[in-house]
Amino acid sequence: MTVADWIAEPTNWVYLVLALVIAVSALRVVTSTNVVHAALFLVLALAGTAGLFLLLSAEFVAWVLVLVYIGAVIVLFLFGIMITRAPTGPNVEVDHQRRAPAAMAAFLIFIVTAGSALTAFGDKQISNLGRGTSTEVIGEQLLQRFVIPFEVVSFVLLAALIGGITLARKDATPAEEMAREGSDA
Amino acid sequence: MSFGLELAIKLVVIAALIPGSALVLGYAELKISAHMQSRIGPYFAGGRFGWAQLLADGVKFIQKEDIIPDNADRPVFKVAPVLVMISTATLFVVLPFGPGGGFVVRDLNLGIFYALAISSVGTIGILMAGWSSGNKYSLMGGLRAAGQLIAYELPLVLAVVGVVIQAGTMSMQGIVEAQIAQGWPYAFTQFLGFFIFLVAGLAELSRTPFDMPLAESELISGYLTEYSGFRFLFFYLAEYASMFALAAIAATLFLGGYGFWGVSASWTGPIFFGGKILLIGFVIIWLRWTFPRFREDQLQTLAWKWLIPLALANIMVTAVFKVVF
Repeated sequence: MTVADWIAEPTNWVYLVLALVIAVSALRVVTSTNVVHAALFLVLALAGTAGLFLLLSAEFVAWVLVLVYIGAVIVLFLFGIMITRAPTGPNVEVDHQRRAPAAMAAFLIFIVTAGSALTAFGDKQISNLGRGTSTEVIGEQLLQRFVIPFEVVSFVLLAALIGGITLARKDATPAEEMAREGSDA
Repeated sequence: MSFGLELAIKLVVIAALIPGSALVLGYAELKISAHMQSRIGPYFAGGRFGWAQLLADGVKFIQKEDIIPDNADRPVFKVAPVLVMISTATLFVVLPFGPGGGFVVRDLNLGIFYALAISSVGTIGILMAGWSSGNKYSLMGGLRAAGQLIAYELPLVLAVVGVVIQAGTMSMQGIVEAQIAQGWPYAFTQFLGFFIFLVAGLAELSRTPFDMPLAESELISGYLTEYSGFRFLFFYLAEYASMFALAAIAATLFLGGYGFWGVSASWTGPIFFGGKILLIGFVIIWLRWTFPRFREDQLQTLAWKWLIPLALANIMVTAVFKVVF
C-alpha cells in the first residue's frame, strides 16, 4: 500500500484521529498529577477504543465497552476516589519516584503484545464472519460453542464477588455483639 | 435525496426537538403541579396561560453572568454540562417516530442496547459536576447521584431484556413492528418489566421520589449548586429532554410505539407516539407531586433487594414462555 492509497481511504483518517486521541489521553492518564483527571482521561481513551471497534463494524463490542467500562467501571473508580480522598479544589498532586521502571514495564508490554500480534497475523486480512450481524454471531457462539467457558467465567466472577464480600465485611464477634446490644439498651 | 442532506435535515429536526420537548414537559410540569396544589401557576408571560414562561426563563438564563467558583476545577466544571447534554442528545438518534427510514435518524441494529449504553455516560458528567464545583454539598450530591444511577441501571437493563427476548430483536423499529404483528403492546405481557422500567427510569432521572441527589432541604441543590446561567440551563434542558427520551423509550418498548390497534398509515405514527410519550410524561409529573422522597437506604434497598430479583424472575419466566410456546 502506497502513501497515496492510504490518504485516499477515508477510514484511515478516522483511524488516525482516534489513534491520536487514544495515545494522547492514555499518556495523560499516567502523567496527570490529579487522580480524578487521570480517571477522566481514561474515559477518553476508552471512548476512542470504542470508536476503533465501531470502525471495525464490531458495534456490539463497542457499546459493551461504553456500557461496562465507561458507564460502570470508571464510574466506580471515580466514586471510590471521591468517597475516600475527596480531593476537591485545583491543587491535588499525586506523583511517585519510580518513573524509569514504570516506563520500562510499559515498553516491554508494548513489545510483547505488538510482537505477538504481528507474528501471529502479519498483514493477513481477517475476513468477515459472514452471516447475520455481529451481535447475532456473538450470541450464538457464546451460548453454543463457548457455553462452558462462558459459564465458568461467570462462576469465577461470582466466586470473586463472594470473596470480596467475605474480605471486606467484618462480622462482630459474639462478645462485641453482646457489648453493642448492652449499649443500645 | 442524498444521504448527507437527509442526515442534515434529521439533525436539524432533532436539534429543535430537544429544547422543544423540554419546553413542553417543563410547562406541563409548572401547570400540572400548580393545579395539584390549587394554585394558578404561570399566568402573565405571553398574554394567556403563561405559555411563554419558560422561554422568558431561558432568555433570563442566557443573560446571566457566567460564574465559575474560585475553588472549581475549571476545565472539568465546563465540560460536565456538555457531557450530560451529549449523553441525552444522542439518545434521540434511535427514537422511532414512525415506520421506515424517514421517521428515525438511524434505526440501529442494537437500538435499545445503544440507548442504554449511551445514557450511562451521563453519570460521569454528574460526578464531574459534583467534584469540580469545589463545594462539599455538590460533592455529596454527585456521589449520591452516582450511587443511585449505578443501582438503578441494573434493573433498567434487566427490565429491557424481557422485551428483547419477546421481540427477538434489539432494533427499536423492530420491537414496535413485533408488537404490531402480535396485535397488542408488550405492556400486557411484560407488565412486570414495564413497572420495573418506570420505577428504575424515575430513579435514573433523579426525580421524586428518587431525588435524593438534589434534596434541597439538606444539599441546597446537590451537584447543581454552583452552576448558574447558561450552564445551569444546559442541565435543566438535559433533565427534561432525558425525561422525554425515557418516556419515548418506554412507549416504544411497552406501549407499541408509533403503532395503534388497527391503524397502519405511516403519517399517524408521530401523533400516536407523541400521545403515548405525553401520557407517560404526565404519570412521571403526577408521581413527583404526589409522593415524598425516599431515604437513601430505602432507595438502595428497593433497587438491590426488590427490583433486581423481580427483573431476574421476569427474564426467567419470559425465556421459559419463549421456548415453550
